[in-house]
Amino acid sequence: MFPAAFDYRAATSLEDALSILKERGDEAKVMAGGQSLIPLLKLRLTRPELVVDIAHIPAMNGIKHDNGHVSIGALARHVDIERSKELATSAPMLVEAARWIADPLVRNRGTLVGSVCHADPAGDWGSVILAFDAEIVAVSQSGRRVIRAQDFFQGPFTTALKPDEMVTEVRIPVAKALAGGAYLKLERRVGDFATVAVAVQVELAGNKIARAGIGLTAVGPQNIKATEAERHLQGKEPTDEVIAQAARLAAEAAEPKEDARGSAAYKKDVVRVFVQRGLKSATGRAREAK
Amino acid sequence: MKVAVKVNGTERAGDVEPRVLLVDFLRTNLRLTGTHIGCDTSSCGACTVLIDGEPVKSCTVLAVQAAGRSIATVEGLAQGANLSPIQVGFHEEHGLQCGFCTPGMMLTGTALLDRNPNPTEDEIRWAISGNICRCTGYMNIVKAIQHAAMAREAANAAPREKAAAAAGGE
Repeated sequence: MFPAAFDYRAATSLEDALSILKERGDEAKVMAGGQSLIPLLKLRLTRPELVVDIAHIPAMNGIKHDNGHVSIGALARHVDIERSKELATSAPMLVEAARWIADPLVRNRGTLVGSVCHADPAGDWGSVILAFDAEIVAVSQSGRRVIRAQDFFQGPFTTALKPDEMVTEVRIPVAKALAGGAYLKLERRVGDFATVAVAVQVELAGNKIARAGIGLTAVGPQNIKATEAERHLQGKEPTDEVIAQAARLAAEAAEPKEDARGSAAYKKDVVRVFVQRGLKSATGRAREAK
Repeated sequence: MKVAVKVNGTERAGDVEPRVLLVDFLRTNLRLTGTHIGCDTSSCGACTVLIDGEPVKSCTVLAVQAAGRSIATVEGLAQGANLSPIQVGFHEEHGLQCGFCTPGMMLTGTALLDRNPNPTEDEIRWAISGNICRCTGYMNIVKAIQHAAMAREAANAAPREKAAAAAGGE
């Protein structure tokens, strides 16, 4: 399979990329590793006039801890996250989730930021950044703006990005309190899209939950933030009853469709079970965290 | 567009449209047909090549993205008549049936052993989880990679033993 013809520009700097997007953003797609974009181009589900390759822009592949956040640069690949010593300490849920992305070969090229911008409702990183209440940094020639993860996803393959903008980093808040997370995914085989996946991140203050984040994968038109369930947990001790109720609320937030991977009712119940398990292991990990 | 890459240590160049995939560039422009096209949808790993030592699916890489990079294909594994340890492993352990996935499996195996010379069986299975053997011959593929790991270790140990023996004889 060949993609339809397109123009190709390899941006040499961020300024170069932004000036190309200023001029031709409406007809352009930005490409980092291309692991989501190239399959779409080949299937001709998208037919941009121009592909802007940002892979040669220097110093955008960093994973850096600064000022209470971990910053994931636009060129940081899934494999870089999987092997990051920084993240293994500061945000281990990302490392756990990275191991579930596609397969090892795809992880050698694909990026977190690219996957987030692709905004596939079955994408794993969307749920992870919703659970963390991460921030997406978008820049254009007109300036820089910070978008909350929950405002970023606007529908299947649709984000809050403007045509002349590109994302330079995703900022993950790192808790000062005891924190723990879990990413649980059901897939038929390695590399398949999730049947259901769930991201959970909690912070404890003493015996109580100071903050809980829950993101749901592949059970709606976009990654879903289970806000009712999060609110239910806030300020409570994570007893079995509290966790079970939060899991039910998360399942109610899911809007799955029946497909080859299972019925809607089945997927909703997987959400319930995974949120329950995820909260138990996340709170357990938070207690052990130093 | 002009694309210059280093393939198996040799500078190669071609003139391609941006939409040309790396696997087609290798097979059609450079006539290196050892890299196979399987699913053509980033699922099977038959098209695996190494870019700067890392295994990737060349059906999901544009040739222009590989510009300036070093690519290793199955044609570069043997040194003349000498098979590489991974090739010997696949031969000795019969790590293939139809052979279609074999080039990709051998490149993924090579990259694994470069990073992790002594992998566990789990680590081997994890590393090849993006390469599908439609004959389901995974048992022998795992054994073949283990064989290569042992052969590489022995080859690395041999000069040390010789050196030790030489030092002992003085």
